[in-house]
Amino acid sequence: MSAHRDSLSAGLLWTAPWWIGFLLFLALPLGMSLYISFCDYPILQPPVWIGAENYAALARDPVFYQVLWNTALFAIVSIPICTAVAVGLAMLLNQQVRGQAFFRACIFVPNIVPLVATGIVWLWMLNPQHGLINQTIAAFGARGPNWLDTPLGVLASLVMISVWSVGSGVVVYLAGLQEIPEELYEAARLDGASRPRQFYHVTLPGISPIILFNVIVAIIGTWQIFALPFVLLKMTAGPERSAYFYTSYLYDNAFRYLKMGYASAMAWVQLLIILALTALVFWSGRRAVHYRAG
Amino acid sequence: MARPSPSRITRLATYAALVAVAFAYMFPLLWMLSVSFKQPAEIMETPPRLLPRALTPSLSLDPSSFPASLTQPETLAAYRAVFRSESFDFPLYARNTLIIALLSLIGMVLSSAIAAYGFARIRFPGRNVLFAICLATMMIPFPVIMVPTYILFKWLGWIGTFKPLWIPAWFGSAFNIFLLRQFFMGVPRELEESAAIDGCSRWNCFWRIMLPLAKPALAVVALFHCLAVWNDLVGPLIFLSHQEQFTLALGLQFLQSRSGDTPWNQLMAASTLIVLPIILLFVIAQRTFIRGIATTGIKG
Repeated sequence: MSAHRDSLSAGLLWTAPWWIGFLLFLALPLGMSLYISFCDYPILQPPVWIGAENYAALARDPVFYQVLWNTALFAIVSIPICTAVAVGLAMLLNQQVRGQAFFRACIFVPNIVPLVATGIVWLWMLNPQHGLINQTIAAFGARGPNWLDTPLGVLASLVMISVWSVGSGVVVYLAGLQEIPEELYEAARLDGASRPRQFYHVTLPGISPIILFNVIVAIIGTWQIFALPFVLLKMTAGPERSAYFYTSYLYDNAFRYLKMGYASAMAWVQLLIILALTALVFWSGRRAVHYRAG
Repeated sequence: MARPSPSRITRLATYAALVAVAFAYMFPLLWMLSVSFKQPAEIMETPPRLLPRALTPSLSLDPSSFPASLTQPETLAAYRAVFRSESFDFPLYARNTLIIALLSLIGMVLSSAIAAYGFARIRFPGRNVLFAICLATMMIPFPVIMVPTYILFKWLGWIGTFKPLWIPAWFGSAFNIFLLRQFFMGVPRELEESAAIDGCSRWNCFWRIMLPLAKPALAVVALFHCLAVWNDLVGPLIFLSHQEQFTLALGLQFLQSRSGDTPWNQLMAASTLIVLPIILLFVIAQRTFIRGIATTGIKG
């Protein structure tokens, strides 16, 4: 029994900040964008209905397929690597040693560096002549590549930077590792389980819901990647357009070529792809993910 | 002969691995700092020196020359150049960023808390459906609504003003509402009910009982909001049109891309000026940071 009288109007009043904002800044733009995606709309003139022409044009656009491929490739390469590194670092940082807080801070801090600064720092790290990476390679007598001049180099650079900013994932996995009851490890040891088996049968199932959650967040994040390649390649598409991602192309269509209708069609395709991928990950995770009972 | 026990070897290996990894992760930032103190010619040296000449204590005569070197004109030359530069007005951009952060912060914390309280405590028909919609909106990334949002703000005459960057914050964010609702749900109802019997209104219950209790959660929301404003590039890039309105992130991006041959030491000095407050904030609020990420899994 609550001492206050609850009612629909009270509920709507209290939640008003959210639902007014939702209607104004999300539902309205989403609706508008659906409408605009069926229009020719060069922003300076009013929108003109052209039916599904934007979607048909997308289906014929080779650049669209290239940014789709670039984005998918980056997700396929970077998400498993970043997940593995994050879990590994979390296990390392979970060891009870002196200075633990300091080590954790060192791994975490790169994650909160503004992306523009990250881009500038790494541009210098990756500099073919004076960058530290090629200087290190040179110290071993080899010659480092011109990182940002080839598609493979661009991919490697972006993955390297993602691994560097993996800190928040590490903190999340660390929290997950600390949730796993010590008794499970003791029981495993009593049964004679080796360290790899303990990892496979206790650690991994213990943090699998967090891995699933993080992978979903990472997939959604990949479709938003924009600022980092924008800074690294100075607002160009990179060699053979290899640093041109879905959102970069969407941005260019909207704000460089002023093709608002075309960009909106891209946005809706993007939304559907993200929903489909998320559903797929959830569905495939149902078997692989272990949820503790209770 | 005493042989080190295996556990000691493991311990040593763990330490070695931790030191190596921590160094690797800090290195790019240390190098940024180092380059920002270097002279243009010194930057191109092979092999590079981690400790800039100006900060290397001279072994020859006077060890006390080390702190004095900070005041020598050439050490901070890059910083001085950044402050004088026409293409990167640091004080102005810092002021703009802080204005946006402050204006949006108040709204974000207040509105998210009010809506979260509504979802946590008011029983009303349709509440669960509304909350499910609220959760679902977290799935929608900004690029999807970027174009119509721009058009909407253009109609409203907000393009080229700070308004697009702070007014939407006054309607809360799904994520923060979710976070605070979880917190409010964990507070025992009895606290409010006894107050309500004493004639405390719903608003007063929220304002005087729940909000003070929620300080740790509100701190997480505030911290991550400030961080997001400080780091945001896309919002200012799309919505601002005059250079005198730029935020630090956007200003740095322009310094890097537009002015072509800005010397590296100046770029690094400008980057340091932007990164340093974030690191200070982290040092001060480390616990809040870690708690926030561990409970929510958000990317900073």
